[in-house]
Amino acid sequence: MATKRSAGYELMKGVIKENPLLILMLGTCPALAVTTTAYNGLGMGIASTAVLLLSNVVISLLRKVIPDKVRIPAYITIIASLVTILHLLLQAYLPALNEALGIFIPLITVNCIILGRAEAFANGHGVLISALDGLGMGAGFTLALLAIGGLREILGAGTFFGLAMPWIQEGGLQPMMIFALPAGGFAIYGIMVAITEKLNKRFYSQRPQKTMTRDRYPGSISQRTDAVYNETEVLDGPRRSKTPALDAVPPVVKEPGAFAGKDEAPSQAVESEEIK
Amino acid sequence: MKEFLLILFSVILIDNLVLSRFLGVCSFLGLTKSLKNSMGMSVAVIFVMLVATAVTYPIYWNLLDPVGLGYLQTVIFILVIASVVQVLEAILRKAFPPLYKAMGIYLPLITTNCAILGVMLINIQNTYSFASAMMSSLGAGVGYTLAMFLFTGVREKMEKADIPAFMEGLPSTLMAASIVSVSFMGFKGVIENLFG
Repeated sequence: MATKRSAGYELMKGVIKENPLLILMLGTCPALAVTTTAYNGLGMGIASTAVLLLSNVVISLLRKVIPDKVRIPAYITIIASLVTILHLLLQAYLPALNEALGIFIPLITVNCIILGRAEAFANGHGVLISALDGLGMGAGFTLALLAIGGLREILGAGTFFGLAMPWIQEGGLQPMMIFALPAGGFAIYGIMVAITEKLNKRFYSQRPQKTMTRDRYPGSISQRTDAVYNETEVLDGPRRSKTPALDAVPPVVKEPGAFAGKDEAPSQAVESEEIK
Repeated sequence: MKEFLLILFSVILIDNLVLSRFLGVCSFLGLTKSLKNSMGMSVAVIFVMLVATAVTYPIYWNLLDPVGLGYLQTVIFILVIASVVQVLEAILRKAFPPLYKAMGIYLPLITTNCAILGVMLINIQNTYSFASAMMSSLGAGVGYTLAMFLFTGVREKMEKADIPAFMEGLPSTLMAASIVSVSFMGFKGVIENLFG
């Protein structure tokens, strides 16, 4: 985190190298739910980008004011307020999009990308560079949503941004409903992840840069508690299976009832006996 | 009674939280590696879902809605969920060590699990009665558990499968999720015939 990088790098890293959706696997819920059409995907992407940009700026400004211990609740409150503002704006000016995205607009609040960037980046960087980071990550997210939404719309409904695809009219290839349904969402997302990982390897294998892995990324599910961390270490399957098999639950949590920690151990033990 | 059963079954099978509404996909993909983790998380989700509904429902309909502050629901709900999780964790640790042992480590993950906030918002959006809202939350939790349980089994099989290098890891997991999701589409007719 201490290394200084150029502004251009901070802006561009979100697009392919650390694409939040396709590489880091953050924000999967909206990515699958609203990408039935390219328009919805784009709308969701832009809405998330706006929140991400503003939350990065606000949190970066307040990073010296917010006490370290309550930072997560503070971030959540800031993000939730920004999302509420966005929700009201969408209701006023883009009611159709608001209707299409439904509860996924309020759910931007719990989108892991935003909290993840706040925790990993805005927390320790200046305002301008945090804004660029938010913009870059948002752009990566938007592009990924647009790609998934576009593919699902073309395959599932035979249109792209509402325009009919030429081969549908000719009576040749018919739209495949499955891609508009949840099942198709998972499938297209899976294929996109595979393609991006391949591209990523090709682009960055030449240069000796530290690649980001989704397991170690702050804000991803594996980082949120140390306890679950070890389990999700093997999230992406056999490729990683060479890492030594870590114990699923760290010793502290192994018997939480009896020993919650060194300091608490005696009182905890007494209490659990009383209950018996 | 029929209404409750309809809500319960359609939330579990047709509108399955994970596989058709796409809520809680992060934990669905992240924690289904072993049965122990997936079931621990599921129990914690059911528990928090019920408690959070019992708290947020009256807050919305008795406090926010009458004074026209309904638009504050997102901020209020997320704070309520965060505090409920904190309080539950403290209570469970002191009063019910076995229960804490079973789900303690999953509780902090739940605050940002979109399944909880999503279900709270859906309950408000559908203007359910309190009993129906609780039923819908229970169904959502059970549906989540069902999806987690099934998918853990699928992934255990996939561990031994020979997958092309291109699709190895997450992509193949997503393809498997897609197939599990197809299987849930078949339930649509079942509910219609049962309650139609």
